[in-house]
Amino acid sequence: MAYDKFNILKTSAYPLSIENVDTDQIIPARFLKATERKGFGDNLFRDWRYNADDSPKVDFPLNDPKYSGKILVGGRNFGSGSSREHAAWAVYDFGFRCVISSFFADIFRGNCLNIGVLPVQVSEEFLQEIFGAIEANPDTEIKVDLQNQTVTLLSSGNSESFEINSYKKENMLNGFDDIDYLQNIKGEIQEFVKTRPF
Amino acid sequence: MSNTLFDKVWDAHVVRKIEGGPDVFFIDRHLIHEVTSPVAFLGLKTRGIQVMEPKRTFATADHNTPTINQHLPVEDPLSANQLRALEENSKEHGILHWGLGHENNGIVHVVGPENGITLPGATIVCGDSHTSTHGAFGAIAFGIGTSEVEMVLSTQCIMQPKPKKMRINIVGKLNKAVTPKDVALYIISQLSTSGATGYFVEYAGDVFEEMSMEGRMTVCNLSIEMGARGGMIAPDEKTFDYIKGRKFTPKGADWDTAMEYWKTLKTDADATFDKEYTFNASDIEPMITYGTNPGMGMGISNQIPQSDTVKDGKATYEKSLSYMGYEQGESMIGKTIDFVFVGSCTNGRIEDFRSFASIVKGRKKADNVTAWLVPGSHKVEAQIKEEGILDILTDAGFALREPGCSACLAMNDDKVPAGKYAVSTSNRNFEGRQGPGSRTLLASPLVAAAAAVTGKVTDPRELMA
Repeated sequence: MAYDKFNILKTSAYPLSIENVDTDQIIPARFLKATERKGFGDNLFRDWRYNADDSPKVDFPLNDPKYSGKILVGGRNFGSGSSREHAAWAVYDFGFRCVISSFFADIFRGNCLNIGVLPVQVSEEFLQEIFGAIEANPDTEIKVDLQNQTVTLLSSGNSESFEINSYKKENMLNGFDDIDYLQNIKGEIQEFVKTRPF
Repeated sequence: MSNTLFDKVWDAHVVRKIEGGPDVFFIDRHLIHEVTSPVAFLGLKTRGIQVMEPKRTFATADHNTPTINQHLPVEDPLSANQLRALEENSKEHGILHWGLGHENNGIVHVVGPENGITLPGATIVCGDSHTSTHGAFGAIAFGIGTSEVEMVLSTQCIMQPKPKKMRINIVGKLNKAVTPKDVALYIISQLSTSGATGYFVEYAGDVFEEMSMEGRMTVCNLSIEMGARGGMIAPDEKTFDYIKGRKFTPKGADWDTAMEYWKTLKTDADATFDKEYTFNASDIEPMITYGTNPGMGMGISNQIPQSDTVKDGKATYEKSLSYMGYEQGESMIGKTIDFVFVGSCTNGRIEDFRSFASIVKGRKKADNVTAWLVPGSHKVEAQIKEEGILDILTDAGFALREPGCSACLAMNDDKVPAGKYAVSTSNRNFEGRQGPGSRTLLASPLVAAAAAVTGKVTDPRELMA
């Protein structure tokens, strides 16, 4: 299923300066009961964002009106734990197109790439600089340039390059997904199946 | 050329290598459950494509199933809807489905091995991170997202970059009351929850060679909790004895051919790893966690570390302890608990119930404890009854529930209330994992049993002859 093409994203960002954010926090298991991919953004960070009586927790960044934008900046080891793709769906559905952190858990990173959310890994120093800049001015903009694989903090002009494999990069630039690719080589796969002993 | 076990299995499944990209990676066996598969089937429908190899996919209901009164209709309409979707999608595409009440039903990572779906040298995926469990048999097994579930259904392949290789050796002999769960929690406490991210782990050394298949499954299950995509152990006689004669295990001449191949599945003597750790078995004692990730564990007789000695940032660490209601420097021994949960894909197998029963035998459940004992499958449940374990449990004031994921992840009715403490044999102590506001102490079935009969965190060695 093709998704949005990703080229250059220039936007302000929400800061979430916590380490080891696991996918149970991103979306608790009790909200995984849908049979369609709809509405997960409402429950993004549910238990950090809302009290038990469903009133918003005012000090949580996603509830703070001073923050905005399509980038989520998270602490080190973002997305650990469960493989639930619902976590990536919730991030997307809330309106994010990019997550910046100094380290990502494998499965979450892969899930993001598969649905068109770009995970951008930066150094811990640069991550802290970004957090500092957003704290100083919540309107601070960040520019993520996929073609050139750079992320730039526009307030200081400081920039870092980030890694992405060239196959996934092409996919994201063009809005292609893996199933398109796999469908195209199905004959080759069918030949391979014949060689499998079990 | 010298290869690792992981290389041998991985390389045999690469359909095509993409320059600068992932491998097109073939999947032998695919497990699905009700939570992470419906959107994948919806994707197939939208694209108008069929399941390519329906005989390679196996469905079981486990995550949001109730663990009592399974013969009655499921009350929660959303759960019932997902269970119905699994059944209907399986039927439509010719996939074997073990729904609630079926004799082979149970937690996906318990029923896979029980039925011979899990085999050495195979590649196994499931939309569940604890798929790493199946690595205990020398398979490459890992969790995938729903987009990838759709890829496997439609083409039996996923696109995966080959992970780096890590070997973890544990040498020597384990101390008294130290179980496979303690070994895994110890490793995670040493490496942290991100210490193996980007790697696939092979477990080697005396301790794993001597470990039972159930124990190996517990260890491989927890590989994901240190960030590894999966973990594996070279197959040996124990592995072959376990799988022989099971429902989907090759039979007759196919078995002989498979055995010839399986016996080659070990790391060559001079093969190298990107990273290697060696620990001494004698350094490990019964473990317990005190924080909100599985890396925050320690020997049960130790004190909760001070924030200036931990790897995580101070603020994150203090937030975690504050959630748990614990202080730096405190001992865990003697802490009051409210719930005990024995079960899950980590510790819901027969050996775990034997272990739990060995301590509660002749004792009584503490009055302040609510205990949920949940077998991983109907087969485990039947064995608990056959071996007389149920009688021991009943005499001690415990009841056995019906199989399912239960209180591991708070998707079904088994939820720990806010603020309450649960000693759990499951795999994650994340905030709210067992219910909003719940507080989880991860431990072995022995530590869970000691807590269940004393009502507080207790060193199981004190209750063992």
